[in-house]
Amino acid sequence: MNYMVPPGLYAIGNPDPDSPVLVTANYKMSYDIVRSVLKGRNCWLLVLETYGINVWCAAGEGTFGTKELIRRIGVSELAGVVNHRRLLLPILGAPGVAAHEVKKQTGFGVAYAAIRARDIPEYLDNGMVTTPAMREMTFTAYERAVLVPVELMEALKPSAVAAAAIFVVAAALQGQAAGLAAVCAYLGAVLAGTAITPLLLPWLPGRSFAFKGALTGLAWSAVFYLLAQGSGWSPFAAAAAFLMLPAVSSFYALNFTGCTPFTSRSGVKKEMRVALPAMACALVAGVFAALIGKFI
Amino acid sequence: MKGFDYLRNVATLELNSEKCTGCGRCVEVCPHQVFALTGKKTGLVNLDACMECGACAKNCPAGALQVDAGVGCAAGLIVEWLRDRNWIGAGKACCS
Repeated sequence: MNYMVPPGLYAIGNPDPDSPVLVTANYKMSYDIVRSVLKGRNCWLLVLETYGINVWCAAGEGTFGTKELIRRIGVSELAGVVNHRRLLLPILGAPGVAAHEVKKQTGFGVAYAAIRARDIPEYLDNGMVTTPAMREMTFTAYERAVLVPVELMEALKPSAVAAAAIFVVAAALQGQAAGLAAVCAYLGAVLAGTAITPLLLPWLPGRSFAFKGALTGLAWSAVFYLLAQGSGWSPFAAAAAFLMLPAVSSFYALNFTGCTPFTSRSGVKKEMRVALPAMACALVAGVFAALIGKFI
Repeated sequence: MKGFDYLRNVATLELNSEKCTGCGRCVEVCPHQVFALTGKKTGLVNLDACMECGACAKNCPAGALQVDAGVGCAAGLIVEWLRDRNWIGAGKACCS
């Protein structure tokens, strides 16, 4: 599928040389959303070449950036199209664009209008004033929920490989039924990390994502223990489940930091230094417990 | 950001007040209200909310801000770490 829109200058409605110029990425969804919120208005839309990537990620990579903006202003001959020298950019494009450089090299001043496209109409109607709400990031339950399928798809391939390996090992040790049970336990832990943790994010205690994920993993371990009649297991098998399942969900929860709009690189690094060794220890200990349970 | 708090005392954002001209650009670009203008200078009023996106440093015409900006997901950092050790080849880490 093609998610790109050709970069360049687009007219929305019947803009004249005094109409505002908005800037966006050439990711089709960004372009469509901006166009739909501007329906019924007369504006110019300058679409940058971000190779089909959204504004936020493209700004991080630098493709929604100073160089591309300056080049696109030149290629589209914007200076001849409009009388004013003002560009309206999404706030989340700011990590890639140095406004003062754009001004120096093209004469166009940059105003960072709003985070969300849906606030553009209010911004324009308000005399181009950004309200505090327009520049405040949100991460609502809906905004988190739409990310879950993305996370699940990302986890699909490595999880399928891991599930197959788990089945083979568990089936060899305890038989096919145990193999299936182990796969179910594992997939539940993946879900706890990729879906339950993001959904419950603000209500899970602690600041660390790895910790939050370990908690949902522990909860899943308990649920699985009850569902699979864990009272009949050896204490070693139970220990293995309670060690390994939280490690799995903790890893996926930690990875969700990449999807949130508030975690910092330094914070994730700090978490990883503590959490990755802890997960590794839990997994190794879990494997030992399972082996001891088998051969004791 | 209301309702969400990440780890404290980790942000690498640094402000050199000597250089700050008080233009307010950092206040304009920060999605987490880390800055506030007090008098003729900017101030770090909520450093722990910083997600190190780098927008303020990039847009500071006076060069008064510095931050170690970049990929903030575990998978991306693991890839970066492996690449630094030349265990894997170059390529995109995430968001691609």
